[in-house]
Amino acid sequence: MTPEEIRPIVLRAIHRVAPEADPAELESDVPLRDQLDIDSMDFLRFVIELHESLGVNVPEKDYSKLDTIDDCVDYLASAIATQPTTEK
Amino acid sequence: MTVNNMADFVMPKLGADMAAGKLVAWRKKPGDVVKRGDIIADVETDKGVIEVEVFTDGVIEKFLIEPGAEVPVGTAMAIIRGEAETVPAAVVSSAVPKILPVPVPLPAPVVTVPSSAQLPSKRQRVSPAAREMAHTLGIDISTVHGTGPEGAVTREDVEHAGAFGAEEPTAEPDRLMRMRRVIAAAMSRSKREIPHYYLSESIDLHPAQIWLAARNAGRSVTERLLPGVLLLKAVALALREIPELNAQWMDEQAIPSQAIHLGVAISLRGGGLIAPAVHDADRKSLDELMRDLQDLVMRARSGGLRSSELSDPTITVTNLGERGAEAVFGVIYPPQVAIVGFGKIVERPWVVGGQVVPRPVVTATLSADHRASDGHRGGVFLAAVDRLLQEPEKL
Repeated sequence: MTPEEIRPIVLRAIHRVAPEADPAELESDVPLRDQLDIDSMDFLRFVIELHESLGVNVPEKDYSKLDTIDDCVDYLASAIATQPTTEK
Repeated sequence: MTVNNMADFVMPKLGADMAAGKLVAWRKKPGDVVKRGDIIADVETDKGVIEVEVFTDGVIEKFLIEPGAEVPVGTAMAIIRGEAETVPAAVVSSAVPKILPVPVPLPAPVVTVPSSAQLPSKRQRVSPAAREMAHTLGIDISTVHGTGPEGAVTREDVEHAGAFGAEEPTAEPDRLMRMRRVIAAAMSRSKREIPHYYLSESIDLHPAQIWLAARNAGRSVTERLLPGVLLLKAVALALREIPELNAQWMDEQAIPSQAIHLGVAISLRGGGLIAPAVHDADRKSLDELMRDLQDLVMRARSGGLRSSELSDPTITVTNLGERGAEAVFGVIYPPQVAIVGFGKIVERPWVVGGQVVPRPVVTATLSADHRASDGHRGGVFLAAVDRLLQEPEKL
């Protein structure tokens, strides 16, 4: 998948977790936790949404790599490109 | 022998300060067989719309009030005829034993919106803003159910589809104001009537974090535990040792609770909070607690809490999480007699074997009713929580 295809999926996952947020107004390079009122449960749900949408199982140690929207897109694009095609 | 018992299903008290509730809808109809725990009605309170369960087995004889009616707590809303424990399939005549009508408590939002699957065959009307939002979210606009003029799809419809799929919670325009009023009443009463005492304990979470990281490593994201689940289980087990904190103050005395139902404080989007119960938390595995917690948070924020979840908590636990303050000294929710708080986990210098080392530390606090317990027992409780968290594998 291309970053252009992944970005709306990331935004949709964010929207499901924080419906009050306007995706169009989120800054791509600003930490999500600085823009959204999300807690650890919300973040876990966000990661689960990504897993369900893209089949990427983000390990806990990589959570810090999902800091911004751009980070998420880059990380997921890389993960999809390198993971076996069996997942999802 | 056949014995028929008639029981009133009454407007439940869904919170310490609830005086009345409005019937939104019946979920059953006269003649329906109901079992304890079935959802029988949606009731609107100041905290939102709650799915109310019935606490007896039987057959609905008749409804006494219509949807839209607002009645005081305790008002009979329906009559339920008791049935034998094994209710004959669809028969209404042979009944039997006992029935304890039990009201039910509190609020939460519900409401199901028509599925987006069935759309009119005519051309779909879509506002430009909705189309743009759908594009941003990558949503197929043809699958979104429109609620605007002539069925037009609005930006809000797309947002709801993105957030909830086919379902949507009721948006109470004045929900926040009403909830603040409820919180204000309960907290004012608490501070007026309950002589609080406060204790705190710093707890080293290094063993818990190490164990948790190892436990979560390699597991699917859907099977992982959050640190907060370990804290809940430790509190639940510690309450077995100090049961006087797991009680209700009624008629000038503390009545011990028979089970440990942890009320978990959940902040709601847009403001306010609610503390539904994780039932029998001391008897559940960590995995079960995690599932319960995820489910409760989801339903607290999107609708669908049940009355028993709002009326049953025997103590409240509030966890500020990683973005909160280091300590929280809560206000007891009457008639409970204690509230436990956890601040954010911070790295602090800690002495281990004579050496100062960095350790993840959480501040656990206890606000307790001095009429029901003393500071010494409160201290024993926090020490028990600490001790239990040092052996996470046993939780």
